[in-house]
Amino acid sequence: MSKTITIDGKIIPFEDGQTIMDAAMAAGVYIPHLCHQPEFTPHGSCKLCTVNVNGRNCSACTFPAMEGQDVLNETEELIEDRKKITQMLFVEGNHFCPSCEKTGNCQLQAVAYHLNMLDNHFPLFYPDREVDASHAEVMIDHNRCIFCTLCVRASHEKDGKDVFAISGRGIHKHLIVNAKSGLLKDTDIDASDQAVHICPTGALLVKRTGYQVPIGERIYDHKQIDQVALAASGSRPVAALQPSMAVGTENIKHGE
Amino acid sequence: MKQFIQGIVENNQHQATHLLQILREIQSRYHYISEDAIEQLADLLSIPRTQIIGVIEFYSFFHLSPRGHYELLISDSITDHMLGSKELLAYLADKLGVVVGEVSADGLVSLDKTSCTGMCDQGPAGLVNGHALTHLDRAACDKIAELVKQQKPLEQWPPELFKVDDNILKSGLLLSQPLELGAALKSVFKQSPEQILTEIDKSGLRGRGGAGFKTASKWRFCADEAETQRYVVCNADEGEPGTFKDRVLLNTYADQVFEGMTVCAAIIGAKHGFLYLRGEYLHLHDKLENILAQRRQNGLLGSNILGAGLDFDIEICLGAGAYICGEESALIESLEGKAGIPRNRPPYPVTNGYLGKPTVVNNVETFMAAAAIAVNGGDWFASMGTEKSKGSKILSISGDCARPGIYEYPFGATIQTILNDCGAEDVQGVQVGGPSGTFISNQEFERKLAFEDLATGGSFIIFNASRNILDMVHNFAHFFAHESCGFCTPCRVGTSLLQKQLDKIVEGHGSAGDVVALEELCQLVKNHSHCGLGQTAANPILTTLERYPDLYQNKLKEISYEPGFDLDAALETARRMANRDDAGAHLAQIEVNEHE
Repeated sequence: MSKTITIDGKIIPFEDGQTIMDAAMAAGVYIPHLCHQPEFTPHGSCKLCTVNVNGRNCSACTFPAMEGQDVLNETEELIEDRKKITQMLFVEGNHFCPSCEKTGNCQLQAVAYHLNMLDNHFPLFYPDREVDASHAEVMIDHNRCIFCTLCVRASHEKDGKDVFAISGRGIHKHLIVNAKSGLLKDTDIDASDQAVHICPTGALLVKRTGYQVPIGERIYDHKQIDQVALAASGSRPVAALQPSMAVGTENIKHGE
Repeated sequence: MKQFIQGIVENNQHQATHLLQILREIQSRYHYISEDAIEQLADLLSIPRTQIIGVIEFYSFFHLSPRGHYELLISDSITDHMLGSKELLAYLADKLGVVVGEVSADGLVSLDKTSCTGMCDQGPAGLVNGHALTHLDRAACDKIAELVKQQKPLEQWPPELFKVDDNILKSGLLLSQPLELGAALKSVFKQSPEQILTEIDKSGLRGRGGAGFKTASKWRFCADEAETQRYVVCNADEGEPGTFKDRVLLNTYADQVFEGMTVCAAIIGAKHGFLYLRGEYLHLHDKLENILAQRRQNGLLGSNILGAGLDFDIEICLGAGAYICGEESALIESLEGKAGIPRNRPPYPVTNGYLGKPTVVNNVETFMAAAAIAVNGGDWFASMGTEKSKGSKILSISGDCARPGIYEYPFGATIQTILNDCGAEDVQGVQVGGPSGTFISNQEFERKLAFEDLATGGSFIIFNASRNILDMVHNFAHFFAHESCGFCTPCRVGTSLLQKQLDKIVEGHGSAGDVVALEELCQLVKNHSHCGLGQTAANPILTTLERYPDLYQNKLKEISYEPGFDLDAALETARRMANRDDAGAHLAQIEVNEHE
């Protein structure tokens, strides 16, 4: 019999080496996330996928699935906290959905809708950030970067380049590109690079392709992000067998 | 410059893991790291330019634009504030003719604030080109300004400016019985590493960094790993404001610390060890290198130690101004030449540490205690302390007391006993464990120093009745926002939001719901942050809010709505653009009668 964990009482099978996110996605259970994409090394930074594992908060995208885990995902408290974390991402940057080309295709916006985020809640930071439109085909709008590092990972892991990196500390974190001038035009980026197309927000855009799909006909205009994410991962939802009674302990070694 | 950088890189065997050490040398020589230097390093180390920039912009002591030939930093710890550092900083800025945070027009001097430099018992303190300055006062500032003006090299500055005292005022189990050279190692070889590990287990020794994980278990986990290349790391990145005991231990008991690391190496089977020394303790670097050299000469380090077949050596790596590197996985990242961003765990360092190999990371004091236990046995250590906290704890005491300094107590000592010993009077409260610890009020002085009651990595800051607790909370909130690595959303944004929300209340712009909002935010940052920094960043607010709710409530306006910022100040740009300054171009903060 395969190994299992429970998520919100549902029994979910997993294989060794899978994270809680992997197991959940495969079983058709959506856990909100922004910095995670199944084909890239998990990062664990956005913290939207925080789940409660046997009483302790963990990032589902990095935490290994282990026998005996009783995972809470869709609790009122976690949904509320995820909403606040999303609001944090909105206020630290400059996100003006109505004037953004990515609207309707934006995962940040879609997650916000999914979590029923109706306002910013926190005071806006209005940071002074720039737009790098130096490149002929690709542009960076730093106002919309959420530091998920997906472009960094895609460039390194898929494109075999290192066009992007995150630099700086704390709230001063920012995306940098690999060119002495600091400008995108002097990097070896190509509009067909995976890194260009992986951005969950409108921070990285291909020029002269704006509004080709009209607003109202975009990915998240008709579907919730959970449907889209699960369909993309090719998951086969399993019906809940029965509520589990299993409560186990994690066999992990804690640091000092 | 090309030749200089070529030379450093060669001295570092073209190892990208040595990036911090290489950058330190470039920064020290040129006062910044130029585009050309980055270009050359990327080429010589075969790493992307972006990785180098990422490191430079992460650590406080590296700069992409020139700092002054004399780079002066004044410690911004609350303990320095209490000793008058804020006024002194303004005085020094005036004397030097430079704005805080900037470089003088002639490029000669720059002045800024820096996080706690670990000189809390002899502040106000600071750093000049990385070297510790202590006991600063107006006379010292006058002298410094004069020396800078004369462009005197640091070697010619009067030594009293750099005098660092140990101030050991109460010795206990460890401090009163320093070991003879090699005694712990002889004991290991006479018995066996396994037997010594059993003794350490029996001693009940728990990590002295604050979290208190059982040392013997950590060492055993590491020893049990299949991978045979293993590492020992001593965490001397003593960045918790108010903590300075590791500085003293490394100044006076370094041999015993290195011996503890070597005992660990014998037990876990490591050949290589690191002492990660915080950049602020640069003044200890050469002395420690000499001690290591002596130990090699005495057969206590290197190959075939004491003829018993053990090969082990220790390398010293300096940090570059980042509190987060005290977190063990961030420290390992830093050792690998990267920004100190805590790793996802599991895996833990004991299985996947330095370069992905099993690694033991322990505090300076833990290694010192382990060496003593190797000689004196587990029972000796366990005879002191409480049931869950065996042995003694070395405290760094600062703040409002007659005799600040280093004190060693058996676990279980009451706060009152400690306060009596250091001559603290009219005490309002004590911050135990630094900003990430707990603030206790004067109603709780019968509480005990112990993992099961008040745990501390060593910081013990005393506040008398004249102090404004909110000043302390304000200082700590800004500290965490400054030191957050920025990796995860709740801490990156949350620590800045905490700072804003606290400022709003303290500055009198808070209204009815603002304390509740503050508390909610605290819980969010605490419950969702990636590592200990974020998980404890709200502690100063939470622990004081619990004890002094009125302090916060009294700051709130008694109206239902108060603008969260200064309305009139926000109109300044508009007034300037419209070239107006008449009454109609100003706004009152609140319409006085409207709410009655």
